[in-house]
Amino acid sequence: MYKFEKVHYKNIINIEKLTIHENLVTSIVGPSGSGKTTFIRLLNKLISPDEGDIIYMGKRLMEWDSVELRRKVVMLPQQPAIYSGTVRDNLLKGLLYSEREPVSDDVLLKMLESVKLNKDLEDDAELLSGGEKQRLALGRVLLMEPEVLLLDEPSSALDDKTELMIIEEVVDYTRRNNKTLVMVTHSNRIAEDFSDQIIRISPDEPVQIREVSR
Amino acid sequence: MSNDIMNLQLWQIGAAYVFIALLLVIVRRRGIGREREILIASIRMTLQLVLVGYVLVYIFESTHPLMTILAVGVMEAFAIDNIFKRTKEKLSGKLKKIIAFSMVTGTLTSILYFLFVVIRIYPWFNPQYFIPIAGMIIGNSMTGISLGVKGIAEGMRNQRALVESSLMLGATPARASREIVNSAFDSAILPTINSMVGMGIVSLPGMMTGQILSGTSPLIATKYQIAIMLGIVGSVALSVILFVILGYRTFFNQEDQLIQTDN
Repeated sequence: MYKFEKVHYKNIINIEKLTIHENLVTSIVGPSGSGKTTFIRLLNKLISPDEGDIIYMGKRLMEWDSVELRRKVVMLPQQPAIYSGTVRDNLLKGLLYSEREPVSDDVLLKMLESVKLNKDLEDDAELLSGGEKQRLALGRVLLMEPEVLLLDEPSSALDDKTELMIIEEVVDYTRRNNKTLVMVTHSNRIAEDFSDQIIRISPDEPVQIREVSR
Repeated sequence: MSNDIMNLQLWQIGAAYVFIALLLVIVRRRGIGREREILIASIRMTLQLVLVGYVLVYIFESTHPLMTILAVGVMEAFAIDNIFKRTKEKLSGKLKKIIAFSMVTGTLTSILYFLFVVIRIYPWFNPQYFIPIAGMIIGNSMTGISLGVKGIAEGMRNQRALVESSLMLGATPARASREIVNSAFDSAILPTINSMVGMGIVSLPGMMTGQILSGTSPLIATKYQIAIMLGIVGSVALSVILFVILGYRTFFNQEDQLIQTDN
């Protein structure tokens, strides 16, 4: 699905060759400061490499329209933004921004249930706790039904339960719908437990790829 | 009552400097230490006004349209330079070009409409109308664009994470910056809107005061004041909207990515 060829970015990312497979869960691991977040920001073209090519679905990223790509490859960042307004406004934001039809309240309520957010659609989103905001942002992203989901590990400010819940939910979505997930994690344990492929990156060493048999 | 303005003799102007002397005495007695600034400000004010007075006399006496065009050009240039200097944010070269473009396009459109459609001046370059009206319109639009620049630059800096979040959800740069653009426009035109509210009650506007002093009937002065106020509103709105809808784009590159800032 993704192919890296001699990709360099500001001395942070130096990858000679790498493939990320379709319909699988891939974890990106590495010590802090190893460029994990930078790596996934390359995948939805929030940034572009200084040198080399990244190929998505057979087409070089530089030939993809960035906005079109980001509507297929959606990223849930470490600290997702919550927009002022209600829980409903926030859930619908992704569909609105990617210029798609909004969904009914029934669909939204089901989504709240599946991300285990026990809130009303009318509730003020800015009053939610950190963990609740993260789950709201996850619901927002899942409603967009992305082909590829990019997950930066939830902020360390969150409790482990929320973090695990979010990863479980995302992995479940990926496997059920035959989608692709690329997630950044600091935890080898999480990587081992959930992924099919583990990529260890570091600015100074070649990438290490390991398949996990499931 | 004569309708002619009373000219001032040199000694009369000299007598007015008593006020500056008074201010200097106060500042000196109380040890506030502002004498230097007060002196420089008074001297600058005097020299600049004398100079501009002679320049205007020269332009008014010449019958060449180029003089009027030149004067408006100089005003535009000073106004644009002033916007660059007033802004504390670092401005990119592209943004500076957009500031200049919006300023010139917005003000010239309003000035020409105002002079040729509303007032219908004759001859078309009549400096007696052209220059003061262009000055008022350019000055107010300058303030408007300065506020717009501040709004956009601060918004893009403080709300960077929010803008990027919107990009991640598939928003176009225009959609991702819409709230910033709208709020910059709003805060840029608000002072102009507010200035209409107190007009004529709190104080008499400068142009109206000037016309009345020079012997114009207050009713004619009122008509001019209303018309110029509307022209100013139009010009501020036009130049600021041009600036904000073009300006936000300079914070993104061709790949619809937020341009990295190294700070």
